Amino acid sequence: MSKDHLYELIEKAKKNDKASIGRLLTYLESSPDNAIELLKKISVGESGKVHVIGFTGIPGSGKSTLISRLIHLYRRNNYRIAVIAIDPTSPLSKGALLGDRIRMQEHTLDPNVFIRSVSTRGLKGGLSFAGIAMVEVFDYIGYDKVFIETVGVGQAEIDIMNAVNTVVVVTMPGIGDEIQALKAGVMEIGDIYALNKYDKDEGEKTYEYLNFVLESGEVGSSRGWKPKLIKLSAITGFGVEELKQAIEEHLSYVIANGLFNSKVLLRRRLLAKLFIEKLVKDKLDELFEVIELMKISKFEDQLAFFNEQLGKVLSNLDTRLKNLT
Amino acid sequence: MKLFNPEALKEVEVQVKRWEEETLPKSLEKFKERMNKFTTLSGIEVKRLYTPLDISDIKYFEKLGLPGEYPFTRGIHATMYRGRIWTMRMFSGYGSPEDTNKRLKYLIAHGETGLSLAFDYPTLIGIDADDPLAHGEVGVCGVSVSSLKDMESIYEEIDMGSVTTNMTINPPAPILLSMYIATAEKQGVPYSKIGGTTQNDPLKEFIAQKSYVFPPESAVKISIDVIEWSIKNLPQWNPISISGYHIREAGATAVQELAFTLADGIEYVRQLISRGLDVDDFAPRLSFFFDAHINLFEEVAKFRAARRMWAKIMKEWFNAKKERSLWMRFHTQTAGVSLTAQQPFNNIVRTTIEALAAVLGGTQSLHTNALDEPFRVPSEFAAKIALRTQQIIAYETGVADVVDPLAGSYYVEWLTNEIEEQAWRYIYKIEKLGGMLEAVKKGYPQREVTEASYRFQREVEECKRFIVGVNIFVEYGEEDIRNVPLLDINQEEVEKKQIEKLRKLRSERNSEAVSSSLAELRRAASKNENIMPYVLEAVKKYATLGEIMNSLKEVYGVWIEPPIF
Amino acid sequence: MDRTSDLLNERENVARPIKVLVAKLGLNGHDRGAKVVARALRDSGMEVIYTGVRQTPEQVVETAIQEDVDVIGVSILSGAHLSLMKKLIEILKRRGVEDIPVFLGGTIPLPDIPELEKIGVSKVFLPGTSLNEIIKHVREIALKKRMKIRE
Repeated sequence: MSKDHLYELIEKAKKNDKASIGRLLTYLESSPDNAIELLKKISVGESGKVHVIGFTGIPGSGKSTLISRLIHLYRRNNYRIAVIAIDPTSPLSKGALLGDRIRMQEHTLDPNVFIRSVSTRGLKGGLSFAGIAMVEVFDYIGYDKVFIETVGVGQAEIDIMNAVNTVVVVTMPGIGDEIQALKAGVMEIGDIYALNKYDKDEGEKTYEYLNFVLESGEVGSSRGWKPKLIKLSAITGFGVEELKQAIEEHLSYVIANGLFNSKVLLRRRLLAKLFIEKLVKDKLDELFEVIELMKISKFEDQLAFFNEQLGKVLSNLDTRLKNLT
Repeated sequence: MKLFNPEALKEVEVQVKRWEEETLPKSLEKFKERMNKFTTLSGIEVKRLYTPLDISDIKYFEKLGLPGEYPFTRGIHATMYRGRIWTMRMFSGYGSPEDTNKRLKYLIAHGETGLSLAFDYPTLIGIDADDPLAHGEVGVCGVSVSSLKDMESIYEEIDMGSVTTNMTINPPAPILLSMYIATAEKQGVPYSKIGGTTQNDPLKEFIAQKSYVFPPESAVKISIDVIEWSIKNLPQWNPISISGYHIREAGATAVQELAFTLADGIEYVRQLISRGLDVDDFAPRLSFFFDAHINLFEEVAKFRAARRMWAKIMKEWFNAKKERSLWMRFHTQTAGVSLTAQQPFNNIVRTTIEALAAVLGGTQSLHTNALDEPFRVPSEFAAKIALRTQQIIAYETGVADVVDPLAGSYYVEWLTNEIEEQAWRYIYKIEKLGGMLEAVKKGYPQREVTEASYRFQREVEECKRFIVGVNIFVEYGEEDIRNVPLLDINQEEVEKKQIEKLRKLRSERNSEAVSSSLAELRRAASKNENIMPYVLEAVKKYATLGEIMNSLKEVYGVWIEPPIF
Repeated sequence: MDRTSDLLNERENVARPIKVLVAKLGLNGHDRGAKVVARALRDSGMEVIYTGVRQTPEQVVETAIQEDVDVIGVSILSGAHLSLMKKLIEILKRRGVEDIPVFLGGTIPLPDIPELEKIGVSKVFLPGTSLNEIIKHVREIALKKRMKIRE
């Protein structure tokens, strides 16, 4: 894309032109290099302002419905909301079928709501990069809240949750050993735990159990904030107002303790780290593919090949990075 | 009591072996079989030959019985069609109520013996003809009904005391039923003589038809309200038609269609019992609705298995004591999804075979599709052929002259058992999930149906399944399609007329009476009372369909489906 | 070692997958066809966004814009295809994204097809169309759209 065209898009996006925003997000996704180019232009140095809230939880726990409800509430206060719905579909088929949006479609026509679906697309670790980079775009444009919805465990998701200000873990009764599930990966780092479908049979029991666990301090993020537990039903709306309050309380806490700005810096460092990691990993992967194609099997031969090529690869990377800075 | 003499069976076994070694290879040498494997549409593999060996264990009175007796495999009546031919009930409706009134009279004049109303999409999801979302859709897929006035026009000069009507309506079922009753009342027909069916089956909406409005729990609650009220007030009315048709059309196999329908039925029975009703009070009024697809024998086996399974469920699971509680009474529609847009006149043939399957399977009433269904709601020309199809089967072919004529066929009995067995497996799986309502909320039947539909499409694309005109005997011209005379609906006129009618209605009725009846309804709904009496009141005051639905939406909320592929 | 450098360079030009919006317009909820097509497109390597049932033309266009799709596929089985598609394409023009091609599937009477093509529908697929045909068409029109942007 030409520099001028990019600038034009950025200008229009700043004015909330949806089509331009959409194209910028695509540009971000299209390649890490393009993403860096864009980020260079829009990262205006000082701390960002947007409040990023991550929603995680097993499939079926009702994240999308819950986000849709929250959007209603936040819109009453005239907040501008962006939603990044990450669907980690099978990297095997390369294609993706994204349906998180279905539950949020009622907000599609609201000019101050933007919803974007993101898939893994065999990006091999580039997923988290794209997702976090998109946050920067919404920050630049001036959105107030960005909701990132992800599912599952895995490094990509953990990266994303580390980059957000507030982590909301959505769970529901009857999933078996809730506590074990909570201890798995990203679930551990929740700031707020939302027990959805609370009106189901074991709702009250699960609530008490979770409460007990959270009180014990075994799960939940540290840094002085005591994780909150909210019981709710996204379908009826019960408890969603309390969730909003908890999110806002967490925001106040984070700002008051200087954690908000440090998170912005962390996010940008994370972007750089992911970018470089991906660059290096991609190059390494290519080398391994070549080794396989050339049917080099002996261990020493492989190492020798590596040795030979690595220099070239590093100088290649060096050139690329130079071009980007 | 076993059917076959063990000595005779041994002899058959010996002879079959000999046949496989001597006679069969000679045939196979001349021609190889057309495919390596032959399967029904459910994927059940069928052998080339069935003998007494395949049903050697069958106990006649346990598995088959006699018609009119438990387990009713052979029919719920002793004489079946020798006594009375099945009801020829053609699904009809389009345009304005006046248009539909004309079509109903046409079909009655040409011999249909029961009415079945098709409503347009705005009506199906409970919005009025003047709602902005209804624009362009008023009167297209069925008749537009926004108020009691419309129902009155539909039944102008039709005696509701001497016909029964099926209404394919789900979330707005209480409203349409109220409109029907109110209209019949005006004609002087007492409640005791009002006969017909409301489809009123929310579970299958979530699985297949997707004309849902309220979330699952509330949708089921409303459906039970209708059934409960109807049992107490309308002795001739079937308040629910537990449907497999839509599930099949959405892609389910015959086995899944059977299993999910029965599982839905089980859920409704449980809900009614938890309301405090006695099973023998409501069971006789439960009815079913199945698909008749193109694999004739599979369908016949499915219907017979259905009767046997339901009788067993009612008797052993729910302890029903009355005979009528054990009967599975069902309506059948030939498979819309089997019809092709290519070479549409071929559809007449498909419908004929499917109708035959339904009759051989013992259906109580039947709708046959018209050849132009892939394009539009049927023209008179096409609808009449479909009706005549039933009449020819009934009066010319002799299949209606013998009860359960295919019984005893080694293949059919084997297939009936096989389908039954596979269906039970699904039912037990759903029981483990907590029953159908839970299974629907978890997305289980939806996933099964989506998988099956994708598998079928792949089979067609890979030419493992054949459809004449689509992947074999394909013609590339379009003359055939162009020769199909399509119904002229004049949608814009209809919409304008209906909107004007509504405007007039709103200006002439007693608005205060309407608002207070709606307020009463909201109050009753939020207190979890049975909403029927309040809906009836509002309908009589000429509250519109949309107004009543909106009041209900305020209390019950609306449903957006989870993404399931 | 020329092959190596070739392979190493190829990486840079990995094409962005084709992005398709599959939408159900109108009040009809029968989604068997839409879902089967969505799946087939996914299996062929495309990124598919599915909107769910009962979408309005405004919602579909807005979704297409936010997701920046290459192609829109619409399924209509309610018979209101002429008015709905007219509206859809009108809105696409109004929002300045008429370069996004739209194809249609459903119960469409043959006489309506020429008019639909006239208002701008790229292709109308009747029941019985093979999935491969649809995939091929989507690839073609998506490529055309991207080339135009390149220019």
